[in-house]
Amino acid sequence: MSTSSNTSASPLRAGSMILPAAPWIIGALLLFILPWVFNNNSSITIMNQMWITVIFALAYNMLLGQGGMLSFGHAVYMGMGGFFSMHVMNYVEDFGLALPLPLLPLFGGLFGMGFAMLIGAFSTSGAGTRFAMISLGVGELIAACSVIIVAFFGGEEGISGDRTYGLPFFGIEFLKQIEVYYLISFWLMLSAFLMYLFSRTPVGRMANAVRDNPERAQFLGYSSRWVRFYSFMASGFFCGIAGGLFAINYEILTEENLNAASSGVILLITFLGGVGFFFGPIIGAIAFTLLQTVLSLETELWAFYAGALFLATVMYFPGGLAGLLMMHVPVFRLGNQKQLIKPYLKTLIPGAISILGIAALVEMIFHYRHAAIGDNEMTIFWTTFDSHAILPWIIAGAITAVALYITKTNAPDLYETWGEANTPSGGGK
Amino acid sequence: MTAALELSGLTKSFGKTEIIRGVDLSIGKNERHAIIGPNGAGKSTLFNLITGRFAQTGGTVSLHGANLAGKQPYEINRMGLSRSFQITNIFPAMTVFENVRCSLLWSMGYKYSFWNLVARSKALTEGAEAILEQINLTERRNLPAGVLSYAEQRALEIGITIAGGADVIMLDEPTAGMSHSETDYIVELIRKVTEGKTLIMVEHDMGVVFGLADYISVLVYGEIIATGRPEEVRSNPKVQEAYLGEVLEAEH
Repeated sequence: MSTSSNTSASPLRAGSMILPAAPWIIGALLLFILPWVFNNNSSITIMNQMWITVIFALAYNMLLGQGGMLSFGHAVYMGMGGFFSMHVMNYVEDFGLALPLPLLPLFGGLFGMGFAMLIGAFSTSGAGTRFAMISLGVGELIAACSVIIVAFFGGEEGISGDRTYGLPFFGIEFLKQIEVYYLISFWLMLSAFLMYLFSRTPVGRMANAVRDNPERAQFLGYSSRWVRFYSFMASGFFCGIAGGLFAINYEILTEENLNAASSGVILLITFLGGVGFFFGPIIGAIAFTLLQTVLSLETELWAFYAGALFLATVMYFPGGLAGLLMMHVPVFRLGNQKQLIKPYLKTLIPGAISILGIAALVEMIFHYRHAAIGDNEMTIFWTTFDSHAILPWIIAGAITAVALYITKTNAPDLYETWGEANTPSGGGK
Repeated sequence: MTAALELSGLTKSFGKTEIIRGVDLSIGKNERHAIIGPNGAGKSTLFNLITGRFAQTGGTVSLHGANLAGKQPYEINRMGLSRSFQITNIFPAMTVFENVRCSLLWSMGYKYSFWNLVARSKALTEGAEAILEQINLTERRNLPAGVLSYAEQRALEIGITIAGGADVIMLDEPTAGMSHSETDYIVELIRKVTEGKTLIMVEHDMGVVFGLADYISVLVYGEIIATGRPEEVRSNPKVQEAYLGEVLEAEH
């Protein structure tokens, strides 16, 4: 067995022969247990949002990561699925149709897929700028349609419904958040598993081939365009499922579900998590939802930090959080992980402190510029002080500067140890 | 018996510049045919015309008697013609095994299937492994193709090219940029994998050409000035004058 370069082959993307079941069982168990651990309503609300985003991000990565297609308007497919599901929900209510609520996302999925087929028919002829621009254009078009085609999109106030009017499903009326949670979790497991399987099918494999080299794929008998079209269609289906779940969870859809901002966010999430690995978008969706919900309770500037994190990812870790994790696989295979602990602590702790220090300075500037006149008192990191006094600025600045200095001094050592840890037989040679 | 590949009156112009100026060529089944000629003679353009990468300006190309006009590369490939490229053209981010497996998918009838799992197909795995064995890359199986050495990448490309079972194989300068030992390795490989198939190749290395080809055509300024057995071509005064004279001299 050859060495480091061999182990650096990405195991999830590279065809391993068995379908390892362990991550799926662990995932299902986690989904089941989490609401018992975080059992208050707001946690469950956050998790509902998180799992819907996970499905959306995984579906998005079918294009971006697997198929090499950069879409700037993908919220449309989730939104369309959501709007359609909402209409179905309302029809069920109005006409008393026998449709159990858990099946609703399927309608969203089919509608999302149908719409993706329509757009994909002309957008998938190329993967580069042309595809990106068409996706952007279609996104804008549909977002604008939301105020034109009021019958479907409900204009500015959107459309809303009531999930509890559907048929009770084995006695469950989906009145409670926790019931919706398990419904979403079920669809999450199912969708994630199907998307994973898709990546293992001939057309899923060829999606990778077309991403890498569309011309070569043509000379293997495959039309790049059809391969892209199938990926696009499948992605539209799972986006639609996410939309259907959104409709169930929030009971309202508006223009916001279609617009460019939402499309941008999913690109951000997917990239943050890492496009090179199947599970990357899952991490991205979890991290971003936490930033969006938990951090936004702490600071109004959460989007600033999310943006900074995204920039740092693009610039320093283009593999995303998943890439960052998977970088360590060779080190563990070589059994060198212990070497890394000390340099990590020596660099990452001051690094974290300096980031917190910068955040504190940012918050102080924000408070200084933004707070009501006379409101000089601010609290950050459990410390309350006067943001107009000079001392807190000196302290925060000094801590940041010192921490940055220590990080910078210790970083070369980390690089060196990293190189050694990635060399077989404990380095030296 | 129809020829494997038949070109008649083939022309190609880019704007006003005529690159291919009426090529007539008939390549029989199981023939190893080399196309040689000075730089800029239009050899690669000729390849691109045959494989549908470019559309021809005039004339016809037929594969086993079927006209290829207006066909897309993937359609031509499905009709039994496969090619490699002058610049290595593989799937760099995918593993070596995955590269070969993808090139088997269509010929094994999977088409755009999303209801089969590739790992489940024994035929696919074994087929890919047999090809890897043939091109001596079994040990590199799980490496991303992009990290292979140049000669290995060229070998992989030949593997991809032949994997689909096409009976007409076109290789565009398979030994370009290789050392002597690498060239020997690739020539042996080509000989092995094109057994019983029609081979058409563009090549600059005259050692390779005269060692491998049954027939040689000399392309100069978009026209074929001579076609024949290697020894006939070598002694043809027109060829001597236009091309081979300098090349053979340069090699000595």
